[in-house]
Amino acid sequence: MDIRDIPPVPPLAAATGFEGLNKVRRSFVLAIRSLWLHKLRAFLSVLGIIIGTSAVIALMAFGKGSMQDALEDIKRQGATNIVVRSVKPPDEGATASRSFVASYGLKVADLSRMGTFGGTISKMVPMRVFPTEVRYLDRMSNGRLVATTEDYAQVNKLTLSSGRFLNDEDNFRKLNHCVLGAGLADKLFPFEDPMGKSVVIQKQEYRVVGVLIDRMPTGGTGGSQSAEDYNNDVYISFDTAKVRVGSTVVIRTSGSRGGERVEVSQVTLTVDADFETSEGREKVRAVGNAIKGMLKEDHLREDWAVSVPLDRLEEAERAQARFTSLLVLIASISLFVGGIGIMNIMLATVTERTREIGIRRALGAKQRDIIIQFLVEAVVQTTVGGLAGLTFGVILVFGLPPLSRLFFETNLPAQLSWQPMALSVGVSVIVGVVFGLYPAWRAAKLDPIEALRHD
Amino acid sequence: MAAIVEVQDLIKNYYMGDVTVNVLKGLDLSFEEGDFVSLMGPSGSGKSTLMNILGCLDRPTAGNYYLRDRDVAHMTDNQLSDVRSTYLGFIFQAYNLLPQYTVVENIELPLVYQGVPLDARTKDRCVALAEMVGLGTRLDHRPLQLSGGQQQRVAIARALVNDPQLILADEPTGNLDSRTSVEIMEMLTELNKAGKTIIMVTHENDIAAWSRRVVRLRDGMVESDIRNDKPLGFR
Ligand SMILES: Nc1ncnc2c1ncn2[C@@H]1O[C@H](COP(=O)(O)OP(=O)(O)OP(=O)(O)O)[C@@H](O)[C@H]1O
Ligand SMILES: [Mg+2]
Repeated sequence: MDIRDIPPVPPLAAATGFEGLNKVRRSFVLAIRSLWLHKLRAFLSVLGIIIGTSAVIALMAFGKGSMQDALEDIKRQGATNIVVRSVKPPDEGATASRSFVASYGLKVADLSRMGTFGGTISKMVPMRVFPTEVRYLDRMSNGRLVATTEDYAQVNKLTLSSGRFLNDEDNFRKLNHCVLGAGLADKLFPFEDPMGKSVVIQKQEYRVVGVLIDRMPTGGTGGSQSAEDYNNDVYISFDTAKVRVGSTVVIRTSGSRGGERVEVSQVTLTVDADFETSEGREKVRAVGNAIKGMLKEDHLREDWAVSVPLDRLEEAERAQARFTSLLVLIASISLFVGGIGIMNIMLATVTERTREIGIRRALGAKQRDIIIQFLVEAVVQTTVGGLAGLTFGVILVFGLPPLSRLFFETNLPAQLSWQPMALSVGVSVIVGVVFGLYPAWRAAKLDPIEALRHD
Repeated sequence: MAAIVEVQDLIKNYYMGDVTVNVLKGLDLSFEEGDFVSLMGPSGSGKSTLMNILGCLDRPTAGNYYLRDRDVAHMTDNQLSDVRSTYLGFIFQAYNLLPQYTVVENIELPLVYQGVPLDARTKDRCVALAEMVGLGTRLDHRPLQLSGGQQQRVAIARALVNDPQLILADEPTGNLDSRTSVEIMEMLTELNKAGKTIIMVTHENDIAAWSRRVVRLRDGMVESDIRNDKPLGFR
């Protein structure tokens, strides 16, 4: 065959501005091929990035999940509620007045003053709590007697399994009606329907008009209220308690007989506001502050405490933000380390392929072509690493909660969101560019003659 | 015939610390289009240094170099790259194929850097060249699956793919046995007959005997410049 019979060189591609893109695409294929040639090495060099991205994605999901959990919890308590409680002043127990009846806490008068806050407070639920025994026939159980009003059920989002909750008529006519918590109902009436039966509480008989379903315990509110189990509560009307129980709670302490007189144990106020908006939150906080100011003025001692569940929400949000910034730090460090790994391997690759670089340069590759080739190779590595990390992270998010339930019997709430996923893959690409640039530049700056002589 | 290579007072120095090494000491050379030149001379006389400059891989310290009236001594790195991919073909002693590429992919490489679209026409040309050098049945082989002679033929096909004005071969038979060397020289002679200008470095008189002109260098200067009226391939 003669050279003159060979088909001619095709004309140059018309300048479309996409020649560079074409070269990038070729480098892309080349990069994948050369990575495939060194699978294990490529895997080891992007391990840092895989671990970094998967950790970020998993931790973000778990962080968001527990945040969501806290939010649900707060919503269950009522995110726009304000809880004012009577608190025994600290000096009271230490003084000599052991045998006296200690009187402290919120007064009915306080309640009526809070009522004057007008349109901002949509509901006000007072509550008195006495530790008590509850009997039915020969069965007995310890629980809490809670004296409250009709709105209590709504404010605390109670659900009845049968019957009804207390109503205004019960209160007004001071009827001996009661509603049982699920736990109490189970203990006193294991085999029968409690509805309509009479239970005995502090020598008074109360007819059961309703039974609640199992209620989730709430977490402590702002550290000032311990976690409570409501399932052993028995509810009677506020005014019924006034006449049937009186205002003194008798508590036996060792060696002395003492009592406590508390008019109102707790009042839960619902503020008419939307907690999703900052104005709504501001409003809840303002009402909380107004109540604090009022109580500070009216009470000689600090025998009250105001807790705002919303504070917990914000605390959770702050914790989430702290967690996120810590995570960003960890992610940055691991991606930095991953980037160094890439740079290391790329420098080794450049040295290893010095001769190839010389050959390409001799055949007409420009410095730019060499840069593109090695940069694309670095970026392909980190991108594949980022995607592998993403996959692994998602596997962790779906795989860990069942394992944790199985072995540690704890719930591991998780919520995936696309932002950290997109971000970590995006950052992986950027890491490839940043840490691939120097090795690629070194490759491009090699002297073609020396590179050709290299072996 | 018109000169394709015109070199005037070409000087190449290497600077190693305080020491200056004069490798080329003012060469004046002119190679005609369609010629087949052997560069000879003892080791260290500057043959490869001259070839690198002629091949636009290196720039002279001083002097002029015109490649078909293009002043390549004063071009930028990018421009030199374009000259290499468009007008030059290289054949190396060590073949210098890319091991991860197939025969066809190696052949098409200069076109890639020239910016020719890789379509069916390009492929046709590369395949035709591979067939011409006798590797029509080895198109998808990798270099390591080929013998030295076969690899050098791939390199020749690659040097031809951009239809170069000048082919530069630095000891093309240096790694080959005498029978294979003859095959390669026959091939180069065919190309020369078809009009290709070839400049070749060699140590062996047997190989130089294939060319039409023999230039001997010594210590960076031209020692002798002899025309060979009866090159082996033309008898
Ligand atoms: N990069 C360099 N730095 C310093 N000196 C160099 C460099 N490259 C070549 N030289 C020197 O230039 C001189 C000529 O080298 P060159 O490679 O051109 O010789 P050559 O004629 O090709 O020899 P050979 O036949 O052995 O290949 C040598 O003395 C060499 O040491
Ligand atoms: Mg040499």
